[in-house]
Amino acid sequence: MSAAAEAPRRLARVAMLGNPNTGKTSLFNSLTGLRQRVGNYPGVTVEKKTGVMQLGQGEAELIDLPGTYSLAANSPDERVVVDVLSGHVAGIERPEALVCVVDATNLQRNLFLVSQVAELGIPIVVALNLWDSALKQGLNIKVDDLSMKLGVPVVTTVGRTGQGLPALRAAISQALWDKPAMTRIEWPESARQAEAKLRESIPEEVRNQLKELEVQRLLFDADSPIVDRVGWDREDARRVIDEARQPLWDAGVNPLAAEALFQYAHLKKILDGVIVAPAKEMPRGSESIDGILIHRFWGLVVFVGMMFVVFQGVYAGAGPLMDLIDGAKEWTQDLVRPWFESMPMLQSLVTDGIIEGVGAFMIFLPQILILFLFIALLEDTGYMARAAFLMDKLFNWCGLNGKSFVPMLSSYACAVPGIMATRTIDDPKARLTTILLAPLISCSARLPVYVLLIGAFVEPQLGPVWAGVTLFAMHFLGLFLAMILAFFFTRFLIRTKPQPFVLEMPAYHAPRMENVLFRMYEAGKEFVQRAGTVILAITVIIWALLYFPRPAGLEAEETKAFAAEHARILGLSEEDAAADIAQDEDLGAALQAHIDGAYVDQSLLGRMGKTLQPIFAPAGFDWKITVGVLASFPAREVIVSTLGIIYSLGGDVDEESGDLRQAMRSETWDDGAHAGEKVFNLPVVFAIMVFFALCSQCGSTLAVIAKESNWKWAAFAFAYLTGLAWVGAVIVYQIGIRIV
Amino acid sequence: MNEATSTNTISKLSQLAVGAIGRIKSIPAESAVNQRLMNLGLLPGMMVKIVQIAPLGDPIAIEFARQQISIRRTEAALIEIE
Repeated sequence: MSAAAEAPRRLARVAMLGNPNTGKTSLFNSLTGLRQRVGNYPGVTVEKKTGVMQLGQGEAELIDLPGTYSLAANSPDERVVVDVLSGHVAGIERPEALVCVVDATNLQRNLFLVSQVAELGIPIVVALNLWDSALKQGLNIKVDDLSMKLGVPVVTTVGRTGQGLPALRAAISQALWDKPAMTRIEWPESARQAEAKLRESIPEEVRNQLKELEVQRLLFDADSPIVDRVGWDREDARRVIDEARQPLWDAGVNPLAAEALFQYAHLKKILDGVIVAPAKEMPRGSESIDGILIHRFWGLVVFVGMMFVVFQGVYAGAGPLMDLIDGAKEWTQDLVRPWFESMPMLQSLVTDGIIEGVGAFMIFLPQILILFLFIALLEDTGYMARAAFLMDKLFNWCGLNGKSFVPMLSSYACAVPGIMATRTIDDPKARLTTILLAPLISCSARLPVYVLLIGAFVEPQLGPVWAGVTLFAMHFLGLFLAMILAFFFTRFLIRTKPQPFVLEMPAYHAPRMENVLFRMYEAGKEFVQRAGTVILAITVIIWALLYFPRPAGLEAEETKAFAAEHARILGLSEEDAAADIAQDEDLGAALQAHIDGAYVDQSLLGRMGKTLQPIFAPAGFDWKITVGVLASFPAREVIVSTLGIIYSLGGDVDEESGDLRQAMRSETWDDGAHAGEKVFNLPVVFAIMVFFALCSQCGSTLAVIAKESNWKWAAFAFAYLTGLAWVGAVIVYQIGIRIV
Repeated sequence: MNEATSTNTISKLSQLAVGAIGRIKSIPAESAVNQRLMNLGLLPGMMVKIVQIAPLGDPIAIEFARQQISIRRTEAALIEIE
């Protein structure tokens, strides 16, 4: 191929588009392999995927456009498709060829989008995917006739097996040279008049930049966002567009229905004689399965069972792997610690700061991989749409839809994978709302706090029944508030236009292992990249707040005081006591715990705790609890070990620790109005639990919110959650002290 | 179409029972859901079948033109069937 040798070094750009559920992503993955880049389109949270595909001896860049049914630019996804195809996205040149992936079992509907796109005149190759399903259903599609009538190459493919891929590659590289243009619809006179009229009324300098397709979008769509590009305000737009639509009304066609009517009439002509439907309609396979899976009773039974498996998988199945990561973290700390023996500050930064913090984040990786395994399976088989169908009513009233269910459920294990799972929600408004509310769901990291406090106070004082009720109530509280907040967020806060709820229930398919593994790999990779950047920074900041100022002589002072106390109790001389402590391992550990406690007391964070305690006083918190709360902002489970350090028990206590429970039970106020009274009475205990149930104490979650939306929303989430937690804790405490 | 079917009562898509089949009489273009449905090929004259109603009574799953789509009851109430 001599032409290939002369080809410019810059790669040819090919875009892939098609309806959702056509196996487009699977084809994209097969064509590009792991040579992909995932990002966002500028200014919107629409995922942008590009990759490089091999074409014979050459290569081309392939852009995977979001799956859409139509170019009627209602959603951000659809708008991105229109903008990319019209060459209006900064940094992305207009593609030179398009691969239109269509579902062979539902050709007419799939060709609607292709026929819309044909208006652009960009060379097109049609990939007739799911060809095996079409054959199985007895559909007889005359591919050559179809290709002739459409005027573009049509290649049959089976994304699942890779069948037809070589032919598809060949057709794409051929199309880059031949530039086959697809047969365009013949618009009736009324539509042509309307379009011409509209084009004339667009200011000249804009008119020349607008593609014919964009003028059509203005003409046929309700509230097209292209109005903004023209520079009209809403009033002008309505007036001008209404005027231009008059020829359609005159012809007796509602302009909003016009495109569908004309296009489907056109497609009917194209497909006439091309598809020979089987004499007897073959079952599509989905009906019999759906008889059970969306049945009013059995559907729910299967759904509950299915979700139980997912939840158990994420919650319990990840356990051993998480222990493994935790072990690896500790092993690395022990390995690294001696290297910095001469530099205690660096030692602390590396082991207690960086390795501890990043390790505590990486521990979520197994949960993410397992959740995405299930999500990929649920989506690939087509069950996810059924789950959304079953659950929709529960979420509908508060402005969300059934697709919020899986992310919300996953958030009971951990909000990080839960928020990543919101990518399955296609309505941007419902998606953002779900992202903002997922942290309210009681994740597994809150459990140690509940166990500690319920075990130490609720169970001994109120009995096991109330202990159980409390644990349930803590898990329910967040969900309950999330639903109520969703109602307000979707109405007053998030201004995005709601998407029409039209949910396709795709035909069932066996999952493709390659797709499943790819989803897991993608989710895991992004997550790990996060650990190296944002999490590292947050970790170092909190470490510094806990480490500094580290007054010189504090250690010696504490050692002396500890030895003096030991000497006094046992009636020893101070030297004997010091020697005793040096020999006895337990005493040594107790001394170290005292020193650690004293350092926390002196640290910037400890001082902040004392300064900020008045803010938390209405919730009954003393300064030690306040320090615990502050130290827990990067990761809430830290509270237990922080309390251990503060109560001078050392950092390696856990929520089952009898010592810690005892220390908390005997803690009294040093001064102030309550001097001498116990710090931990039931109102305080419940206030702490409510605070932890609602507060945004997870740097990882905030980082993921920022990634999936932007930093402004992450800041908002932090502010509203923390505010809500404070209000909740204060209400609980103030009511509590009045009834106890 | 013979006299008997054309005088058949006109009802709303939301009123059909599971398993019932109807022919679309009108589908008001002003609703965003209906525009989407028309883009998917649900046009006047087309046959549509109620496949299932969700356990909580909403949404409903309908079938037309070789595809299964679910929509909410309030939207289905706008579509006239004969």
